[in-house]
Amino acid sequence: MPLSFSFWGHAWSVEWVVLWTDALLYVLIVAALLLGLYIRRHPPLLGPWSRVARSPMAMGAAVILAAYAAIGLLDSVHVRLPIAPLKGSTVHYYSPELLSVFDLIAGPLRTHTEYSYSAPFATRLYTQETVRLPGGQTRREYPRLKYGGAGLKSAADLGRDVRARVARALAEAGAAWLAAAAALTWGLARRHRCSVPQMARRCLRGDTEVPWRTIGLTFGVVLALGWSAIALCTHYHILGTDEVGRDVFYLSLKSIRTGLVIGTVTTLVMLPFALALGISAGYFRGWVDDVVQYVYTTLNSIPGVLLIAASVLILQSYMDRNAGLYDTVAARADMRLLFLCLILGITSWTGLCRLLRGETLKLCEADYIQAAKAFGVSHGRIITRHVLPNVMHIVLISVVLDFSSLVLAEAVLSYVGVGVDPSMISWGNMINSARLEMARQPVVWWPLASAFVFMFALVLSANLFADVVRDAFDPRTKGRGGER
Amino acid sequence: MSAYILRRILYAIPILIGVNLLTFTLFFVVNSPDDMARAHLGTKYVTPAMIQAWKREHGYDKPLLYNPSASGVGRLTDTIFFTQSVDMFAFHFGRSDDGRDIGRDIRARMWPSLEIQLPVFVIGLAANITFALLTVFFRATYLDLAGTVLSVALMSISGLFYIIAGQYLFAIVLRLVPISGYAGGVESLKFVALPIAIGVVAGVGSGTRWYRTLFLEESGKDYVRTARAKGLSDVQVLFRHVLKNGMIPILTGAVVVIPTLFMGSLIMESFFGIPGLGSYTIDAIQSQDFGIVRAMVFLGSVLYIVGLLLTDLSYTLFDPRVRF
Repeated sequence: MPLSFSFWGHAWSVEWVVLWTDALLYVLIVAALLLGLYIRRHPPLLGPWSRVARSPMAMGAAVILAAYAAIGLLDSVHVRLPIAPLKGSTVHYYSPELLSVFDLIAGPLRTHTEYSYSAPFATRLYTQETVRLPGGQTRREYPRLKYGGAGLKSAADLGRDVRARVARALAEAGAAWLAAAAALTWGLARRHRCSVPQMARRCLRGDTEVPWRTIGLTFGVVLALGWSAIALCTHYHILGTDEVGRDVFYLSLKSIRTGLVIGTVTTLVMLPFALALGISAGYFRGWVDDVVQYVYTTLNSIPGVLLIAASVLILQSYMDRNAGLYDTVAARADMRLLFLCLILGITSWTGLCRLLRGETLKLCEADYIQAAKAFGVSHGRIITRHVLPNVMHIVLISVVLDFSSLVLAEAVLSYVGVGVDPSMISWGNMINSARLEMARQPVVWWPLASAFVFMFALVLSANLFADVVRDAFDPRTKGRGGER
Repeated sequence: MSAYILRRILYAIPILIGVNLLTFTLFFVVNSPDDMARAHLGTKYVTPAMIQAWKREHGYDKPLLYNPSASGVGRLTDTIFFTQSVDMFAFHFGRSDDGRDIGRDIRARMWPSLEIQLPVFVIGLAANITFALLTVFFRATYLDLAGTVLSVALMSISGLFYIIAGQYLFAIVLRLVPISGYAGGVESLKFVALPIAIGVVAGVGSGTRWYRTLFLEESGKDYVRTARAKGLSDVQVLFRHVLKNGMIPILTGAVVVIPTLFMGSLIMESFFGIPGLGSYTIDAIQSQDFGIVRAMVFLGSVLYIVGLLLTDLSYTLFDPRVRF
C-alpha cells in the first residue's frame, strides 16, 4: 500500500489503509474543492453555476447525490482492526479483513448474517429446513431468523413493532428537520437582512433565488427514509437477506461506493488523455491531427464491451499468476476495480477527444487566438490561457453525462463476468447472483429490486442534474431562454 | 464516386492493422504462446519439448513481431503477428479451443442475431423518431414535460431490469412466450418476439431524448421561422422541413450501427438462450477462449468501418449538397 500508519492514541489501534481508488477519490475531492474556490473568486465562471443553483430540479437531485456521496465517502476510508495479541506478545497484528468507516458505523448491519434467503421484514427463513425436536424426531419447518425480528415475542407483534419504530423515527427525523430548517432560515434571514418569519414565508412560497423549498422537501424525504431505515435495520432485515444470509440493505449501501468510483475515477483517468490529445490535434493540425484521429478511430472501431472483456480477461490471468502481490482480498479487488476504470476510460475518452478537437479547430479561428499568435505568445500559453478555459464547458458536460452511463455499465459488465471482482459488493454482482432465483416459487425478488431501486435513484438524479448542467453551460442553449 | 469509395477502403486498412496490432498485443504479449501451450496441455507432466511441439503444430513457434533471423521482408512477414493478421484479413479465424471452425460458427450464428437486432433497430428508430416529433410538436406543454420526464426515467433504468422484468412478467407469470430458447423458421417468431420488444423499450428513453434535442435544434433555425412566416402550419413545418433536414444527423447516428447489428446483443441473447453471435461472444469470454474473442473483435471493427463508409455514402443520397 502506498500509505499506511497507525494511531496509538486510542485504547485500540487501527491501521489506516489507503487503497488506490480511495487515493484517487481523495484527489478528486481536493480537485473539486480547489476548483470550487477558484470559481467562487471569478464571477464570470460563477454565472452558469448560479443558473444550476436556481434550478429546483438540479438542487433536488443534488441533495440525493450528496446523500449517496456521503455514504460512498464514508465507505472510502479503510482501516484494519487489530487482532487481540497473544499473551505476553508485544507484536500487534491486524486483521486481514479490510473495513471502512461505514462498516464500523453500520456495525450490526454487517455482522447480522442469517443462514440463507429471507424476505424483507421476515422473522423466518425463506427455505425450509429439517430441525430436530426435543424428542429426537425431526420436522421440516421455516426456522426462526437469528437477528431478523429477534426482539419480538411472537410474529404477530411484527406490524405493531414496525409501526411504533417508524413513528418514533419519523418524529425524531421531523424534529431534526425542523431544527435544520430553523437554522437555515435564521442564516438566510441574516444574509438577506430581513426578519426570520419573513424569510420563512419567502422560503415556503418558493420565493427565493436558490430553491430552498425544493431542497428542504427533498432533504426531508431523504431524512425520513434514512432515519426510519436506521431505526429498523438493527432489528429487522428491511430489504431481506441474500443467498448466504447477508443483509441486502447493507449490500445495497456498500454498492454505492463501487458505483461512485466507476462513475468518477474513470472520468478522472481519461480526462488527461482526452484533453491533451483533443486539444493538440485541433491546435497543431497537420500530422499531429492525423495521428490523433487515427488513434481514436482505431480505438473506436473496436466494440467497447469486447475490448473491456479482453483486457479484463488478461488482467485476470495476470493476477492469477501473481497472486502474492496483494496482501488482502480487498486490495486485490480494488486493483481490479482500478483497472476496470482505466479500461473504461480508454474506451470512453474518444468521444470527448473528438468533441474537443472540433471545438479547438473552431476556437483557433477566433480573433483573440489569432491576435495572441500574432503577438508571438507561445503555444503552451495560448493553449492553457485561451483554449483550455474555452473548452471546459464541453469537458464538464461530458463528465456529468458520462457518470450515469458508467454506473449502468458496471452492472452489465459484472453480468458478462468482466466487471468488478466477484468478491466486491456492487449492484452488478447483486443482480448477477440473484437473477437465477427469479424462477423460484415464491419468487426471490428483494435482492434484484433493491439493487435496481438504489441504482435507479442514483442514475436518475445524476441524469436530472446533468441535464440542468448541460443547459446552463452549453452556449447553444443560452439563447433559447426558458426552453428546457 | 468509385475513386472516393476506393480511397475510403484504402484508408480503412491502416485502421484494421491498428486494431490487429492492439488485439495482438493484448492477447499474445501478455498471454504468450508458452502460456497458451501450458494452458492447453495442462500442468502435469509437460516437458519443454511438448510445448515446442504444440507451438509448432499451431504455428506459434515464430517470433512475435520481428524476426531478426530472417532476411529482407521476411523479418516482418515471418512472424506470428503477420501470419495471424493475414489470416484475419482473409477471414480465416482458425479454430476455437474446442476445435470448431470459428468462421463457420460465425456464419451460422449471424442470422439469429440479425433476426433480433434488425427489428429492434427498425422499430426502435421509428418509435424514437415518432415520440421525439410528438414531444417537439407539443413543446412547452405538459405533454412535452411528461414525455421528457418519462424518457429520462426510462433511460435511468438499467437495461438488465428490462430484460429480467420482461422475462419474468411475460414468460413466467403470463406465460405468453417461452422463457428462453430458439427454433429455426417460423417457429422462431415466438422466441424472438419478447427480446425484440424489450430491446425497443430499453432504447426508447435515450433515443427519444437524442432525437428530441436534434429536432429542437433544427426547429430553432432560420428556415423554420421563414416557413412559419409563409403561413405553413406546424405539422407541415415539422414533417416537410424539420424532419427532412434532420435526416443528416439521424443518418450519422443510425447508418453506422447497421452493419454492427450482425454482432448481436451480448446480454439479451444469453438471457433468452438465442444462439447468436452475442451469446457466442459471451460464452467465449466466460470460457476464456481467446481465439473467438479475437475474431469477434476483428469482425466488429470491420463492420464498424463498413458502417462509417455507408454513412458517408448515404449522405450523397439524402444531402444534395454532398457530391463527389
